[in-house]
Amino acid sequence: MAFLSYLISGLGLGSVYAIIALGYSMVYGIAKMLNFAHGDIIMAGAFAAFFAMTAAGMPLIVAALISMAVCTLLGVTIERLAYKPLRNASSLSVLITAIGVSYFLQNAAQLLFGSDTKIFPAVLSGSFSLFSGALSVSYLSVVTIVICLVIMGGLTLFINKTKTGKAMRACSEDKGAAVLMGINVNRIISITFAIGSGLAAIAAILLCATYPSVYPTLGSMPGIRAFTAAVFGGIGSIPGAFLGGLLLGVIETMAKAYISTQLSDAIVFAVLIIVLLIRPTGLLGRKVSVKV
Amino acid sequence: MFSPKRRGRTVSLLIVILAYVILQAMIMSGNLSRLLISLLVPVCAYIVAALGLNLNVGFSGELNLGQAGFMSIGAFTSVILAGILNANGITGIPVLILCILAGAAMAAAVGWLISVPVLKLQGDYLAIVTLAFGQIIMSLINNLYCGIDSKGLHFAFVTNTIELAEGGKMLISGPMGATGVSTVSTFTAGFILVVLTLLIVYNLIDSRSGRAITAARDNRIAAESIGISISRTKTLAFVISSCLGGAAGALYALNYSSFVATKFDFNSSILLLVYVVLGGLGNMSGTIISTAVLVVLPEMLRFLQNYRMLIYAVVLIVIMLVSNNEFLKTKAEQLKKKLSANRKKGAAENV
Repeated sequence: MAFLSYLISGLGLGSVYAIIALGYSMVYGIAKMLNFAHGDIIMAGAFAAFFAMTAAGMPLIVAALISMAVCTLLGVTIERLAYKPLRNASSLSVLITAIGVSYFLQNAAQLLFGSDTKIFPAVLSGSFSLFSGALSVSYLSVVTIVICLVIMGGLTLFINKTKTGKAMRACSEDKGAAVLMGINVNRIISITFAIGSGLAAIAAILLCATYPSVYPTLGSMPGIRAFTAAVFGGIGSIPGAFLGGLLLGVIETMAKAYISTQLSDAIVFAVLIIVLLIRPTGLLGRKVSVKV
Repeated sequence: MFSPKRRGRTVSLLIVILAYVILQAMIMSGNLSRLLISLLVPVCAYIVAALGLNLNVGFSGELNLGQAGFMSIGAFTSVILAGILNANGITGIPVLILCILAGAAMAAAVGWLISVPVLKLQGDYLAIVTLAFGQIIMSLINNLYCGIDSKGLHFAFVTNTIELAEGGKMLISGPMGATGVSTVSTFTAGFILVVLTLLIVYNLIDSRSGRAITAARDNRIAAESIGISISRTKTLAFVISSCLGGAAGALYALNYSSFVATKFDFNSSILLLVYVVLGGLGNMSGTIISTAVLVVLPEMLRFLQNYRMLIYAVVLIVIMLVSNNEFLKTKAEQLKKKLSANRKKGAAENV
């Protein structure tokens, strides 16, 4: 029973990682950049939801919508100001710019909101028991897993069935050819950033519901974890990000429960290295062969 | 020494020697603030680590997000060795030299072990594995306990089970980091290490192996087809890079009486990468200057108080945007052409 309860909380945590990893993976797939500022968008979303709920006293759903709006706007603005001028620059320059943006967001948050930790209001607390009380499952884990599944399903439909989704796939395949087919690549990249950032806001609220503290460097660790999850599953692949996130959450929870809390970090990354050695492009990544 | 082929080496060495002489003169005449003096050794350490990283990222073309991990290995190796040497009554400069050698050797050994899995991958997957190794190294050292007493060294992992005999001393206490380090690093030692690093790096670049590394970077398949072993050249660059990281870590460690393992986290690796990219990939003089400026800049901006890191971030973004601006790039190219045309004209007239 203990194993089952760890598994469920692991899947809950993994769902949050999966939602963040989707943002990473989509941006990577289309803009071919590692957006290291993605974690800090989560932080912005957490602050937006926090102030909407405490200062303005709004209900959770409204706060979530506001947080999504703030993150989407922020993501698109960052893309327009910092990344768009670097469309043809080397990937390292873009990486450094993303790091600069990450520092900027963290320090701006510190100036605006202070560096002290704020307590996120309790949402979705409580749990129900199964098997005549032998297994207790928190509502939050269930809600997180359900939300993640809904997002995953919605996103898959969007990518595969809509015209914009088709354009996105075209851009990730070959930008030059996509332009020739009359696709507005800049608009597609903006949309990708908007979706990724909106998902980050949802992840932020789920994350804060699990660990109810809000502070300026909140996003770094989940950011790195989700990035790992995205690579784990095969960066650029949407089902890969989903699978990678879930697996990472389960591995982390199991490592904490059965091996050592202090070493959980090392174990997670060791598993990542082993996976990449066996499958060099992640679990569901595509192998790209290089032509001479 | 002044042949055009070796101009990079001459310029780099001149910059370093000139900077050393000027800074020494300023220290003697008391014109350097205490804050800046305290930054001299860390700047040297970061320069050495960044030069190593530039060899890997700039010359070998492999993105490495874990250089701080190798600094960490060098730092904690040197702390343990310094503890042993101090217990045997050895102090001062010999400790520093032995520690730097040991730190470099240990980091090179770990780098070699890591390079086997790392270099099987390519591109961003390779980068993430270096990140993963950096995190694993940090996590392991953060749980390492080490003490020394009359019976020798004692190690413990995760939980501190070390019971030291009378007169014993803890060297590394897990998350509390290294404590009671005897500080022996000096600016002169740092300067010598930077010069040695430059000599190592430039000798490698100008050698047969160095040309093989560049060839493997520019076109993997073409290089392979003319008989260059890709894995051997990449491993060489990676191991020397981690070795220099270890030496830098040792120099850094012996400058502080205490420091923690989380000092060498993902952010430090990223900062080293920023120094390298801003200095210019494969450009050693650029790396030296950008490292010195970017380590000192946050301290110089202290008068801005809370705004300093914000300004630092903005400076970083603006530099990247300006240096990649198409319009400015073409202007710079035109200027360069004009200058070289003028120079040629001047040379022709002199003949």
